[in-house]
Amino acid sequence: MLTLSNVDAGYGTFQALFDCTLEVNAGEAVAVIGPNGAGKTTLMRVISGLIPARGGRMDMEGRDLVATPPHRIVDLGIAHVPENRRLFPRMSVEDNLRMGAFVPSARAAFSRRLEFVYDLFPRMKERRHQLAGTLSGGEQQMCAIGRALMSEPKLLLLDEPSAGLAPVIVQRIFELVRVIREQGLTVLIVEQNVQQVLRVVDRAYVLEAGSIRMSGAAEELAASDEIRRLYMGL
Amino acid sequence: MNSLALPIVFAALLVVAALVGIPSYPLHIMIVILIWAFTYTGWSLMGRFGLVSLGHGAFMGLGAYATALLWNYAGMTPWLGIPIALALAALLAVIVGYPCFKFRITGHYFALVTLALTEVVRQTVIATRDHTGGSLGFTPTPRGNDDTPSIVALQFEDKETWFLIAVVVWLVGLLIWRAVDRSMVRHALDAVSEDEDSAAAAGINVTWEKLKITVLSAVMTAFGGAMYVQYQLFVAPDTVSGIGISLQIVFAVVAGGVFTQFGPTFGAIITLLLAELLRIYIGTDAVGLDNAIYGVALVLFIVFLPKGILGSIEDAVRRRLDRQERSSVTSSA
Repeated sequence: MLTLSNVDAGYGTFQALFDCTLEVNAGEAVAVIGPNGAGKTTLMRVISGLIPARGGRMDMEGRDLVATPPHRIVDLGIAHVPENRRLFPRMSVEDNLRMGAFVPSARAAFSRRLEFVYDLFPRMKERRHQLAGTLSGGEQQMCAIGRALMSEPKLLLLDEPSAGLAPVIVQRIFELVRVIREQGLTVLIVEQNVQQVLRVVDRAYVLEAGSIRMSGAAEELAASDEIRRLYMGL
Repeated sequence: MNSLALPIVFAALLVVAALVGIPSYPLHIMIVILIWAFTYTGWSLMGRFGLVSLGHGAFMGLGAYATALLWNYAGMTPWLGIPIALALAALLAVIVGYPCFKFRITGHYFALVTLALTEVVRQTVIATRDHTGGSLGFTPTPRGNDDTPSIVALQFEDKETWFLIAVVVWLVGLLIWRAVDRSMVRHALDAVSEDEDSAAAAGINVTWEKLKITVLSAVMTAFGGAMYVQYQLFVAPDTVSGIGISLQIVFAVVAGGVFTQFGPTFGAIITLLLAELLRIYIGTDAVGLDNAIYGVALVLFIVFLPKGILGSIEDAVRRRLDRQERSSVTSSA
């Protein structure tokens, strides 16, 4: 579904990604793990067009992503849940969800999608008139995921959904990832919480200092001594 | 408060009052207030989304000068001159706005860019003084010189005609405000003003949405400038362009209320009455005092009453109604 080959990207004179090659197949859940500053968020931002790729190729179902302007990428079926949720804090929950269905193709399906998201997250329905900035951390993450689901994406990009949340809530968020997969969505997730994320994905890539160092099936990586030592503190 | 019924009733009352006969001084004040209210409404379309322009004097000056210069030197009727002036304002807005939005110049930096723009236009007017009269200003040729019909010159002797024009212009401004308020553009720009990255990730073309509202706002402001020069038949850098005017626009809208439909109109009433009172009671001893007062008041409003006078009143009324509704619900339950 999504293929990146030899992608380079960066900010100004700083290069954050070197020659990244990765693939996500339809129906899969794939994780990108790695330490702080490895370029995980940059990878997500390149895919959703928020920063341009400087080299390499990116395709979504055969359509070239590099040449697609950022506001058209949503139309290709990619939805990005940014790091730290990044909700519109002074808008209500429902207005946040409305913005998720901003692109004209999604606007027509707004009520149907809203119902879908409210079914998935009944809590969001209870809080629909509340300002998004006043939600708890876990609820904000639900709202951010719900906002991304509003455009009826095929591929969901989740950037550190567990960041800054209490352990109990983190459990619930990973549970949500499972629920989303059951809806038939393909998921690409960036995480520092390696132990937990490897339980919900099929495959994972290890990103270090801007380069893909390793990849493999989730169980394999979870069993690897190197991964256990470096990322799980075991 | 956002329905159009109220302003139409109000406008009808004004028109009836004008036809019955209002003395010419209050009529003049009302015309000027209505034209400024239109210009302020234009500014508020950007201001409400955090696009704080300190450069609207530039667009106003462009509208006024282009219209008057085309009339004086090319003999072009304002009916054609004004559309050309508006097109120039749109072009200037794109030239300044596009790079700012493309390269994410926001907040204070955007305000500074627009501040520079104001000064560029003012200096251009002064530098081309052979045609524009420099800081002394100039007067559009009165149509009496060559018997051009009033309607072609868009110059009218009687204030009643101007008053009717000003009411229509003001109503059109409110209509534009309402159309924007009810459009997806408004949602998009609200989102952009809260978080540009998230907005872009949701599929909003941030540069394009900002550019659209900036062009609309610039064109409205230029039209306000053109109306001003046609009515006053005099134009000088300090009356339609320059930092003083840009600051006055910002102050008036912030004081009136930037988030509400009648805020800019309310702001026009305040600034006009303040300027007139200062002129009458202090006279020419304190030229520029109004600008000093605007400056101080602007700071006070931003700190203590960020929604402006009208915006805060509306909020208070709404809260009161909410409370009544809630208490009536609980008492009936």
